[in-house]
Amino acid sequence: MTMMATECLLELCEQRHELEDYQSGVPRWCTGCGDNAILAAVQRLCRDEGLRPEKTVFVSGIGCSSRFPHYMRTYGFHGIHGRALPVAEGVRLARPDLTVFVNTGDGDCCSIGAAHWIHAIRYNMNMTVFLHDNQIYGLTKMQASPTSPRGTKSNTTPRGSTLEPLQPLSVTLGVQNVSFVAQAVDWIPESLFEIVKAAYHHHGFSFVRIVQRCPEWLPKVWDPWLHDPKRILMLDHPQGIRLSDGLKQVYQNQLAHDPSNLDRAREIASDTNRIPVGILYRNPEVPCYEELRATPGLRTTANLKKGFEAELDKFTFWPQ
Amino acid sequence: MQTAQKTVTTLKQHIVEILSDSGEGAQRCGQSLGAIAARTGNGIWTVEIIPAEIRPPARSIAGASGNRIRIGATRVTNGGDETDLVVAFNEQVLLGRVRAGELKPGCTILLENMWRTHADPKIAAAYAETHARLLEAGYRVLEIPMEQACRALVADPRRGKNMFALGMLCSIYSLDLQLAREQIALTFGKKDAAVVAQNVKLLEAGHEWAEANLDFKYRIPAEPVTAPQVVINGNTAIALGVLASGMEICAMYPITPATSASHYLSDVFEKVGGIVHQAEDEIAACAFAIGASYAGKCTVTITSGPGYSLKQEAIGLAVMGEIPLVVVNVQRGGPSTGQPTKVEQGDLMAAIFGSHGDAPKVVMAPSTIEDCFYSIITARRIAETFNMVVVVLSDASLATSQQPFARPEFSESWVAPPVDQSAIPEGMKPYDWNEATGLARRFIPGQPNGMHTLTGLAHDRASHVAYDPESNEESIHFRSLKLAALQKTLKTPPVFGGDSGDLLVIGWGSTQGAIEEAVATLREEGRKVSSLHLRFLQPLPGGLRQIMQRFAKVMTVEGNWSDRPDDALIDEDNRRYSALALLLRARTLVDVDCYSEVKGQPIKPGTIRRVLLDALKPKAKERAR
Repeated sequence: MTMMATECLLELCEQRHELEDYQSGVPRWCTGCGDNAILAAVQRLCRDEGLRPEKTVFVSGIGCSSRFPHYMRTYGFHGIHGRALPVAEGVRLARPDLTVFVNTGDGDCCSIGAAHWIHAIRYNMNMTVFLHDNQIYGLTKMQASPTSPRGTKSNTTPRGSTLEPLQPLSVTLGVQNVSFVAQAVDWIPESLFEIVKAAYHHHGFSFVRIVQRCPEWLPKVWDPWLHDPKRILMLDHPQGIRLSDGLKQVYQNQLAHDPSNLDRAREIASDTNRIPVGILYRNPEVPCYEELRATPGLRTTANLKKGFEAELDKFTFWPQ
Repeated sequence: MQTAQKTVTTLKQHIVEILSDSGEGAQRCGQSLGAIAARTGNGIWTVEIIPAEIRPPARSIAGASGNRIRIGATRVTNGGDETDLVVAFNEQVLLGRVRAGELKPGCTILLENMWRTHADPKIAAAYAETHARLLEAGYRVLEIPMEQACRALVADPRRGKNMFALGMLCSIYSLDLQLAREQIALTFGKKDAAVVAQNVKLLEAGHEWAEANLDFKYRIPAEPVTAPQVVINGNTAIALGVLASGMEICAMYPITPATSASHYLSDVFEKVGGIVHQAEDEIAACAFAIGASYAGKCTVTITSGPGYSLKQEAIGLAVMGEIPLVVVNVQRGGPSTGQPTKVEQGDLMAAIFGSHGDAPKVVMAPSTIEDCFYSIITARRIAETFNMVVVVLSDASLATSQQPFARPEFSESWVAPPVDQSAIPEGMKPYDWNEATGLARRFIPGQPNGMHTLTGLAHDRASHVAYDPESNEESIHFRSLKLAALQKTLKTPPVFGGDSGDLLVIGWGSTQGAIEEAVATLREEGRKVSSLHLRFLQPLPGGLRQIMQRFAKVMTVEGNWSDRPDDALIDEDNRRYSALALLLRARTLVDVDCYSEVKGQPIKPGTIRRVLLDALKPKAKERAR
C-alpha cells in the first residue's frame, strides 16, 4: 500500500503545472484591452484546477477575443466567424474526456453566430463559454455590433447607431434549458476569477458575459460604471459567490440573489442602469445533450459487425 | 378456376409502373413486385414516384405516388426508357406521367374503372374523357374493376387494392405466387397473422382475376440467385456505408433528397453506438462535424445542393486546418431551391472549386447503388489518410432507386481506428509536411506534447499565424500536393467496349448504367463506340488523355446544363460546356464535346443512343472541310 501511495504522489508531482505551462506567446491585444484580464483569470483557473494542457481545448471564432486560444498552451481551435459553438459541440460530443472552453465576441456570438448561441443554450453541453462583450467590432476596425449602445458612432454608423442594443443576459435567460448565466467585468480581477471558476465548475453550458473595455475604439463607453462603483450591482449568495470583505467595501451596492431563481435572474438581467456582477442563474439539474445521446458500451467492432449484419439481413434475398 | 386464352410473350425486359393517390399503397405494391422479381432471379431497377407535396389532393395530376420497376432477364443497371405497362388507381394520376412523356406509345394501361359510374358527375365525366383521349392517343387501356373485386374481400378497398394489383402483376409476369405470399409475410410480418392472411387473400384474388380475364402474359427469363443479394436504395446504401466505415457521428440538417439517408441512419446508428446529430442549420452541421473530426473521430455531414452551398466556408476551414471530413451531397435540381425531388448533376464544379481561395478537396461520385455503400467507406479512409475533405456526390436518382447487389461481407479493415492518443515526439510540429507528399501527422487533442492552436488563418508548420510570403505559399503548396499524392494511387478506369474507335463517351455518377446500355446496343449494331466512367473527379485518374487519343471523337453525357451549339447566339467563343467536359478539356487539351439535359429525370438509354448516333454522323462543317 505504501508503494501505491508513493506512486500517486509522484503522479501528482508530474501533473502539477505552473502558470507558464499555460502561456503561449505574447498576446497581441492592445494595451488596456479587457481580453488581457480574461486571459490572466483563465490561465490562473487552469493552474489552480490542474487542468492537463493536452486534455484542454479552447475553441473560438473570429475577432479580437477569438485570438485567445493562440495565447494558451493547450489545444486550441481558432475557426471561422460565428461558428465557435457548433465546433465546440462537435469536440464535446466526440470526446467527453476533454475540457472545452469557448471564447467568442459580441459580433461572433450575438450577430453572425446568433443562431448557434440560441441552440447551444438549448443543447446544454458541458462547456464554459466566455462572451467577450466590448460592444464594438474591433478587428475589422470599429463597426457597431448588436450590443453597441444606441447612438454609438462607428464607421458604419457615423451619425450614431439607431437600434437599442441586444441584451446578451436577457436573451440567454430566455432560452429553454438555460443552466448557467453569469456576468463579470474585466476591471475587477478578483470577481472575474471567482466567476470564471464557478462557471468552470458548473456541469452544463456555462455562459459568462464579460463586460470588456476596448481602449482603441470605445475607450469611454464603460467609464460611468468604471468610475462609479455604485453602478455595479454585486450579487452575493451562499448558493452563488460570497463576496470578500475587500469587494464588499468597494462595491457597496450588493444584492442577495439566489441563483436558482430564474424569474429574479431575468429581472436583474434587464437592469441596464447598473451592471450586475456575479451568478444570475444556475441549475445543475438540466441534462446535458451529450449525456442524453450517449450510448455507453455499444461502440465495439464486434457490436458494429453484429448491428451491420442485422441491418443487412432486413434487405437480403438468400438463394432459394 | 376460369382461365382466359393466353398469349405468352417472352421478353428481355419490361418497365411497369403502379400509380395511385398518396396513401393507397402503390409504393408497397411496386416494392413487393420488385422484391419478388429479384428473388426470382430477375434483374430489377426500381424508382419511387413521389409527389412533391405531403398531402396532395386526391385524384390530382401532381399527386401521383407509386413505383416504377424495370424487370430484366439479366442485371438491370438503370431505369430504362419509357414505361411498357401501368396499373393506375385513377385516371388523373396517370395524366401527369402521360404529359411527362414517360409512357411508351401503345403502352398497356390497367385502369381502375370505378370512376366511370361515380356518383359525382364531374368525376365520371373526367374519367370518360381521359379514357377516350388515352385510347385516341393509341394506348391500350384495359378497364379493371379492382374496387369492385376488392369490396367482396375488404371493407375499405383503398387499403388492399394494392395487393390485388400485385396479384394481377404476378399473373401478368408469370411470377411464382408462393414467392409473393412469402413477400407479403415478410412485409406485414410485424403485424398479426390476420393482416397477412387478409393481404394474401387479396393477392390471390388479383391473380385469379387476371388469369380469368386477361388474354396476355409475359415471361421474363431469370437466372436463379446463387449468392445472397441485398436490395436497397442509394440513400440507405450511404447510411449503411457510414455504419460500416466505423464513423461514429453524422451531423445533418433536414433537406431533400438527402434526408432519407439520415432518417435510416437515425434509426440504426445508436444500436452500434453512433449518433446522428440534427443541427440547427447546415453551417452548424458542418462545423459540428469538423469539431468532432478535429477531436479525433472522422465525421460525416449529409446534405443536398442548398445545404452544400451553405457549408462552403466551413469546408474551407477543414481544408485549411487539414481536418478529415466526409461531406455527402445528394444532388438535386438547382440553382437555388430548384427541384428538390428531381435528379441533376449540377454540383460538380461547386464540389471541386467551392469555397474561396485554393481549397483542394477530393471529389468522388458513386455510379451504382452498391457504389454508394462502398464510396463512403473509401471516403472515410481517404479523409483520414490524407487529412482532407472528401466530397461524395450522389444524386436524387441513386437516392431513391433500388438495385440488388451482392451482400457485402463485413471487414474490420473498413472501420476507423480508435482515436490515436500517443504522445507527439519531441520537436514534431503539427504541420510537418512531407516534402514529397504534403502529408503530415494529424495532431489530436489528448496527445501529450501536441498542444497547438489550429487556425483558419494562414499558418506555418507550427500552426502559428503567418503572413509572410514563404509560409503562405508553402502551406498552399503542400495542401495541394496531397491531391497529387492521392492521384498517384488511382487506377486508370477501364474502357467499356473496344479500346479504340469512332466515339468515346465519358460520364460520371448515376448515368453509368444508361450510358453503358446505349453503348452496348450500338456496339451490337456494329458501331465503334465505347464509354468510360469516372468515380474520382478530383483528382482525375491518370491515363485519360492516352485513352481519348485512340478515339476519333470524345464527348461526355451529363445531367447538367450546357449551351446548345445550334442556338443562334452560341459559338465556340461563348459556349458553356457541361461540367465534366469543361474539366476534361482543361485537363487533357482534347476537344471534348458534350450532351447534357436538365429535365429532372434520369437520362434514358434510348436518348443517349440517339445522341451518340448523331455524334457519329460527320457534321456539315466537318464535311465542308
